[in-house]
Amino acid sequence: MFILKYIKEVYNGLKSLVVGLRRTLYYFSHHKEIITQQYPDNRDTLVFPDRFKGEVVMLHDDNNEHACTGCTACELACPNATIKIITKFDITPEGKKKKAIDKFVYHLELCTMCNLCVVACPTNAIKMAQTFEHSVFNRAELTKVLNKPASKIREGVE
Amino acid sequence: MVEEIASTADGNIILNLGPQHPATHGVLHLVITINGETIQKVEPHLGYIHRSIEKMCESLTYRQFIYVTSRMDYLSSHINNHACALCVEKGLQIEIPSRSQVIRVLMDELTRIASHELWWGAMAMDLGAFTPFFHAFREREAINDIMEETCGARLTMNYMVPGGVMQDIHPNFQRRVKEFITLFKSKVSEYNELVTGNIIFQNRMKGVGNLSAADAISFGCTGPTARGSGVSCDIRKLYPYEIYEKLDFEEILESDGDSFARYMVRVREMSQSISIIEQLIDNIPEGDFQAKTKAVLKLPKGEFYQRVETARGDFGVYIVSEGGTTPYRIKYRSPGFSNLSALDHMARGSKLGDLVAMMGTLDLVIPDIDR
Amino acid sequence: MWSFSKISKLIDSWLSVNFSSTWTMVIEMVIAGIAVITLFALLGLVLVLMERRVAAWIQIRLGPNRVGPGGMLQSLADTLKLLVKEGMTPDGADKFLFNLAPFIAMIVAMLLMAPIAFASNFQLWDLNIGVLYVTAISSLMVISILMAGWASNNKYSLMGAMRSGAQIVSYELSAGLSIMSIVVLSGSLNLNEIIQSQADGWWLFKGHIPVVIAFIIFIIAVTAETNRAPFDLAEAESELTAGFHTEYSGMKFALFFLAEYINVFIVCAIGATLFLGGWMPFHIGHWQAFNHVMDFIPSSIWFFGKTFFLIFLIMWFRWTFPRLRIDQLLDLEWKYLLPISMFNILLITLMAILGWHF
Repeated sequence: MFILKYIKEVYNGLKSLVVGLRRTLYYFSHHKEIITQQYPDNRDTLVFPDRFKGEVVMLHDDNNEHACTGCTACELACPNATIKIITKFDITPEGKKKKAIDKFVYHLELCTMCNLCVVACPTNAIKMAQTFEHSVFNRAELTKVLNKPASKIREGVE
Repeated sequence: MVEEIASTADGNIILNLGPQHPATHGVLHLVITINGETIQKVEPHLGYIHRSIEKMCESLTYRQFIYVTSRMDYLSSHINNHACALCVEKGLQIEIPSRSQVIRVLMDELTRIASHELWWGAMAMDLGAFTPFFHAFREREAINDIMEETCGARLTMNYMVPGGVMQDIHPNFQRRVKEFITLFKSKVSEYNELVTGNIIFQNRMKGVGNLSAADAISFGCTGPTARGSGVSCDIRKLYPYEIYEKLDFEEILESDGDSFARYMVRVREMSQSISIIEQLIDNIPEGDFQAKTKAVLKLPKGEFYQRVETARGDFGVYIVSEGGTTPYRIKYRSPGFSNLSALDHMARGSKLGDLVAMMGTLDLVIPDIDR
Repeated sequence: MWSFSKISKLIDSWLSVNFSSTWTMVIEMVIAGIAVITLFALLGLVLVLMERRVAAWIQIRLGPNRVGPGGMLQSLADTLKLLVKEGMTPDGADKFLFNLAPFIAMIVAMLLMAPIAFASNFQLWDLNIGVLYVTAISSLMVISILMAGWASNNKYSLMGAMRSGAQIVSYELSAGLSIMSIVVLSGSLNLNEIIQSQADGWWLFKGHIPVVIAFIIFIIAVTAETNRAPFDLAEAESELTAGFHTEYSGMKFALFFLAEYINVFIVCAIGATLFLGGWMPFHIGHWQAFNHVMDFIPSSIWFFGKTFFLIFLIMWFRWTFPRLRIDQLLDLEWKYLLPISMFNILLITLMAILGWHF
């Protein structure tokens, strides 16, 4: 019958609305469901997974030694010329010339965090750090030299 | 009105929707001819976020070019990377270990759920309901956290490499995926309560934006858009890659061809992806996560094509190789571009509010269309 | 115990002792004007904060929590921001109408404040046709929206204004009919007398199911009349960017924004007055002790409590439902709400004649 169908239509429509209202009322009254993280306040407790790709860093040990041989594998692997390796020739105690890095230049502003350089490195000299707050006032600060001053290549790394 | 409003000779108004407009999800520009509220014609103007990715890829090596494809359809970046990796592997003719195949499929399906979650929230937002967007993001964040742990990024992962995956899965991966499945299953009924069952939503979606099966095929629509019209086009079923042929899942088809059918296809697809993940998560075979490949990849001279099913439809990678280390020509077949072409056909004669709903059900990602 | 009525009487008697009757009148009017403007500002601040808080909790967020304790001063900061922003008038706009429209919206909202009884014996203007006055003035709201949409010289604004026109004109009908049902029951157009008729129980409880239906229709209709979601077609963010106030910025936008919230407050106040007994406390039959405790709560708290409950209802709708389409909006009114409320008012008339209500 027409009237019955009409009433049923109105009833079902209202019912579907009430179901939605009940769901939102549940969230309105249950504050434990809130998932907001208050970022700058929770800096101290913020935990990043160790694979998080924040920026490329070079690993140095306590003796200020790194494992980079200057082979430029990372430079070749990089899709956007983020890495530039400037090499020099060290004179070893035996009087032989040995290739070593002078500067490991890293352009953070060009980096897309694709991880290809880290994968390409044969000596695991570089890795991805978990830092992510990269904002600076001057663009030049984003061009970094990754090897620390006066650092040397670790003994035995070829 | 002080100045004459731009109008055509027969009294229709021409309205520029976009490139900056809340409903276009990016920088799509639609030139709409309307008569009152009724749409006469929709003309999409593209190119506002064209970055010439295909040309860029020609100067990158076969290892390098994959990361760029994450920036196309950023919501299914894993699946885009997957297609490229598969295409390169096809050229190199290498078999990849079964462990990496399973990991790849798991990642694909997680990405598909994440993409559909975002679409679901944005879809409701297009129709004026703001709350579902935040609820969808709660589940999506759980997936993003899983991705962050294993792949190191939340959106543009670059996890698939020729020969397998870049790193092995994180030790927590299986536990967290199971946690996500429990979370998702407990929350999925809310989707029906808040949106699907809602009478206002159903009235807005049913019977608008009709696309017949024949039209869907002739416009080249793929993915959920075509499956909503009853066209069977799931690449995972038709041209199975990786281990999809061994998996037990259903190709979701709806026959109505209206906005609601396309909506239902996507919502039901999420549950199918969950079932695929459930089948695989405890059965990740032991072994290498990457096949041994040469340091410098060189594809033999020839043409290679690989298609996969992204969250939006059929994504194809076409590589022409001259035998060098970089491709001679790369062409991507993006699902969004073809799906968008059907918009004019669907929208004619409907109301302006419906156009927004239709664009929502097409699940447009503008960088995917423009590349 | 102090109350608003005692304070107003005190001021009145002090003024009439010290000044002539004309000056008393003038000073009282100035005080009333200042009071209304203060109430406006306060309501704007409170309602905006309340809306953001409700939205945040429904959307599993925290909401404003940076400015002031618990984010209490957030809307004050927003006001400051809007005040210092440039109020631009677009090229090609009808400058006079464009700048006039927000003020019309505010004036209409202010006029509507006059007959509302905020507490017992505390009313700006005890008008014997209060209900008629409210329904008449509230329909003027659409003029400011049409004016803004037309003068902006923007297609989105124009479409929003036209939608709003069609919407408000149609929903006036069912809002009016459901207001009429209370007028039929109480037999008066005077808001004070309507409140007095609810001394033995609110109409929502006294009037059986027909009044409940009238109440539901009233809530739906006023939600539409104030352009709130799910009927926010005039603004329709995802379709028309911001609808009729797309081109407004700075304080002119703020006036529209404020007027929207004030209108919500006013229609909820009317709803509370008609259906929930205005400032009348909640009484249950012959429970003398309970009723006495209820009487102890000041009448102004009763009034604002009821009003804010209705405001919460409207906010709750906004953050739950998707938006209707323009033709469905009109369908809802002409095919569902209007026939139902017509039938309903017949029932209520019958009920009132036969004295079936409590």
